[in-house]
Order: sequence, then structure tokens, then C-alpha cells
Amino acid sequence: MTYFLQQSLNALQLGSIYALIALGYTMVYGILRMINFAHGDLFMVGAFFCFIIATFGKLTFVPTLLLSMFGVGLLGVTIERLAYKPLRKAPRVSAVITALGVGIFLENLTLVFFPYPQHVPSLLPNITWTIGGVTISSLQVIIILLSVGLMLLLDYIVRRTMVGMAMRAISWDKVIVPLMGVPVNLVISITFFIGTSLGAAAGVMYSQAFPVVDPYMGILIGWKAFISAVVGGIGNVRGAMIGGFILGAVEIMVAAFLPSTYRDFVAFTLLLVLLIFRPYGILGKPQPQKV
Amino acid sequence: MSTQKNQKSSWRNILKQRWDTLMNNRWILPVLLGIGFLLSFLIPRFNLLNPYVQLIMMYVGINIIMTTSLNLINGYMGEFSVGHAGFMAVGAYAAALLTMYVWPAHLVSWLFPVTVIVGGIAAALAGMIVAIPSFRTRGDYLAIVTLAFNMIVKSVIENIEAIGGPRGIPGIDKLTTMPWVFFWTILALWVMRNFMYSNYGRGVLSIREDEIASDLMSVNTRQVKVLVFLVSSFFAGIGGALFGHLLQFISPRVFDIIKSTDFLIMVYLGGIGSIAGSVLGATIYTVLLELLRPLQVWRFVLMPLMLVFLMLYRPRGIMGLRELRWFIPGYELLATRRVRKDKEVADAAPSS
Repeated sequence: MTYFLQQSLNALQLGSIYALIALGYTMVYGILRMINFAHGDLFMVGAFFCFIIATFGKLTFVPTLLLSMFGVGLLGVTIERLAYKPLRKAPRVSAVITALGVGIFLENLTLVFFPYPQHVPSLLPNITWTIGGVTISSLQVIIILLSVGLMLLLDYIVRRTMVGMAMRAISWDKVIVPLMGVPVNLVISITFFIGTSLGAAAGVMYSQAFPVVDPYMGILIGWKAFISAVVGGIGNVRGAMIGGFILGAVEIMVAAFLPSTYRDFVAFTLLLVLLIFRPYGILGKPQPQKV
Repeated sequence: MSTQKNQKSSWRNILKQRWDTLMNNRWILPVLLGIGFLLSFLIPRFNLLNPYVQLIMMYVGINIIMTTSLNLINGYMGEFSVGHAGFMAVGAYAAALLTMYVWPAHLVSWLFPVTVIVGGIAAALAGMIVAIPSFRTRGDYLAIVTLAFNMIVKSVIENIEAIGGPRGIPGIDKLTTMPWVFFWTILALWVMRNFMYSNYGRGVLSIREDEIASDLMSVNTRQVKVLVFLVSSFFAGIGGALFGHLLQFISPRVFDIIKSTDFLIMVYLGGIGSIAGSVLGATIYTVLLELLRPLQVWRFVLMPLMLVFLMLYRPRGIMGLRELRWFIPGYELLATRRVRKDKEVADAAPSS
């Protein structure tokens, strides 16, 4: 039982990181109907920002987190302006391929500067408590609380503020909404900023939990976060959070109770089974197809 | 002034007519293919090119097979499959195991065509499995299915100790030679071209344009989808079998998402819905990566940038929905040309 509780805590930690990245995918998808495949690499850039700022700037955790989120957010907006905006009218697939290209570009540009995996200095106090046999580290608690806080903040922004209303309106209809005086480009930029900075926050926390960063770390985690976004129903903000936690839980539990090499196999088979029974994800609504 | 212009244009017309008659000659293609096949024997026999160039040529051939077969799903059917390396892995492993453990050692090179075909069939069976979820899901959800398929294949191979597990299979006999690559490439192109211009191929195109409408027009969409996945994964398996016997070493890490992404880039670089585009895309991508080798790490920075710029200025890729005349069966030539003038296919995106 204590083992199970211990693993649940780990699952929450991994799940919150997946959920934060999945939010970036789902927000961009909701507003542009485009899969931003560069998002996993923006997560990696966030982790590297953390490494650079912590190593050379010698800042504490909070400024590092804020600076990384801000920097990567700006990077995301720049990418959107330069690479995706001209393609809004083009076939959807070209934008996806552009995103893939941007992702590979980011990976290899980082590789040029940091050819070897780097060790990130620890910025958070790592105190461990043992409660009833379960070991809880302060790092885990901070990561979980911080990401849940960020998710609640995002949920508030999307559901309760004017910007959030504009986002939902644009994802509803892109033709009429500009006529109502909504600055579409600005709102899309804000969406990208929020989405990518959440990814960067996940990157910073990941680099604190697993303190080695390398330029290719974003690929697998990015794809997995994308999977969690789809499991939750892509385009749906709450779905992405649920999906992230589900994938984290499945991965940790499989590794805990079965040989750890079965992790990917079981996780993805479950995903396939889920997609067969709920083809539009957990919270996604089936879109009626018309001729 | 005007006469000069007329003269010039007539000059050009005559040249164009000559060129057209030459290219439309029914013997030109067999002759060229024969020369190519002969060359594929002569080049390795007398070392006309250095071995490195020969190796690259063979990789180009394999990549052409892979790209064209992926184009069948992504370009012609308008789905978004991101796990093509998974099919390749199945084919490569099936073929490598046959060569290593099943066939008697002295017959290995004679049985190579059978080996390759078995690799293709194994991959086609895997393709059937992926085709089943595609009845219900489309677009991004099917992309996830194929992605998961790729990861499952990788994970399964890693967990079976009998076939090497994560270490892979080293020391496969080098049976892939240039004539074989040439033969399989041409065969794959020929079969896929004929498939696309058959009745089934028309069904595939109609699924891309509108699935429900084509269903209403009595296209058996399930059958067509299964067929497309079968053909595509069959040739991916053949590509994998050739690849394994060329590299002489396969491991699950070779066939991961990065490999699938490579093929995706080749398809969209060349242009969707075009066999000539796939040939061009695979060739250009493979050769360019080799040519840029002096730049070392920077080539992987430069290459995606070039891709992004290509997409910005030519969102449909190099050939996008157009076709070289040799890849169109003759009598279709005029008809397609006339239709294309009226109507450019508005959008070949997976779902509108």
C-alpha cells in the first residue's frame, strides 16, 4: 500500500509535467487547428534556459522560472509570427510540416552549442519527509503544487477573462469574430505566449526533477504530451490536464508493477484501446461530419 | 519586332514538340529502364563510381520506396500517418530473421527475393492492424494511432530477448546490391502508380476529398482504406528488408520516431499526391544531407530551415499534386491536363 502511495506521488509529479506540456498543444490546436510539433522542443529550450540562467546567472528558482517562461514565450510568439502566420491560409499539413522543421531546427541549434548532456544545478531545497512509510520530497510537492497552480490560473484565464473569451470565440469561428472587433493576431500571439511559457515552466521543473538536459529530450516527452492532449480530447483545456495525469499514472504504475521495459508497450496499447472506444478522447466532442 | 518574337516562339514550339514526341514515344521508358538496370549491374562490377557514392545511391532507392509508400497514405488518402518506420521495422526484422536463422546458409543469397517479399508481407499484416482503427478515427486521432503503433513495435522488439532485444541484430549478410535496389524501386513505383490509377485509386482520391460523400457514391471506403494500408505497409516492409540487408545491423533504435519524421519530411518536401514528387523529395533530401556533410552539425540546422522556407514559399512542396508524365498512364494525360486547368484541388488537408 505504501508502495502504491509512493508511486502515486511519482505519477502525480510526472503527470503534472505532461499536463503542462499538453496544455500548450491543446491551446494552439484549439485556436489554430494546427498541431505545433515544435512544442516539445520549446519545452527542451525551456529546460536549457533554466540550465543557462542557473549556471551562468546564478539566480534563484523563482527568477529562473519567470525568465525562462518569458524568454520561451517570446520565442514561441516569434516562431508563430515568422513561420506559422504566413501559412494560415495554406493547406493544414504544410503548417504541420513547418512545425516539424522548426522543432528539428531548435534541437540541432541547441546541439551546436551544447553537444553533450548538461547537468543542471539544483535550485530547490530537497528536504524529504517520511509520513507513514511514504517518502515525500519538497521538490515533488513544489512541482505538483506549482503546476496545479499554473493550470488553475490558465483555467481562470480561459474561462473568466476577456482574453480567454476572445480565444474561445476565435476557436469557435475565425470569420465572424474579427468583424466583432476582436484583434485575432494579438489573441493568437497571446495564446502562443501562454502555451509555450507553460511548456517552458514544465521544462524548468523537469530539469529540476531529472537534472540532466540534452537537446533531444523534447522529442519523446513532446510526443507523449501530445498523446495526452489527444487522450483528453485535443482542443479541450481541461481534457489536456486529465490526459496528462492519466498518461503519467499509467506510465509510472506499469513501471512499478511490471518490468519497466514494458512501460511504453502497455501505455500505448491502453491508448489504442481507449481511442477505439472513445475516438474523440475523454472530454472531446465528436464533430459531426458534413458533406 | 513581332516577327522576331513569332520566330522565337515557333522555334521553341518546334523544340517542345520534338521533346514531347520523344518523351511520349512508347519505347522511351523501357529503353531508359533497361539502360538503368544495365548500369546498376555495371557500376558495382567495374567500380565506375566510388563505393561511398554507390552506397548513397542505394539509400536513395530505399528512401524512394519508403517515401512513395508513405505518400499513398498521407498524400493520396489525406490521412496523417506518422509511424511509417514501424512498418519498416517489421519488414526489416522479419527479413533479417529469415536470413539469419531460417534459410540454410548456402541458399541465403538465392532466397533473397523471397526474404524481401516475406518482409513485405509481415509489414502488410501489421498494416492491417493499423487499418482497423482508421475506420472510426480520422485526422489527428489516426496520427496518434500510427504514432502509438510505431512506439509499440519498438517496445515489443526491445522486449523480445530472442531477437536481440534492445541490442538489435548485428552481422546480417550484405545481400542488398544495386541491381536489387533498382529492381525493387522500379517495381514499387510501377505497382503503386498502377494502383493509384486503378478504380481503387480513384476511391482513395475520393476519400481524401470527402469521405462521407464518397461513401454515399458507393465507394467501399473500408475496403479502400484496408487496401491502401496493405499496399503502403507492404512496400514499407520491402524497404525495411532492403535497408536491413544493406546496413547489416538493425536495432529498435534505428526505427524510432525520428526516422518516421525523416520520411514525412521527404514526402512533404517532394509534394503530396505525386509519385514523381516522392522520388524527387527522397532523392533531394538524401543527397543534400550527404552533400552538406562538410558543415558537420550545422547541416542539421540548415536542413530544417530550408524545409521551413520551402513550405513558406511553396506550401505544397516541389511537385504538390502534379505529376511527371511518365507516372501517368498515357491515355490519362490529356484529360488530367484539361481538368487541372479548371480546378485546382482546393485543399488536401486530412480533415476540413
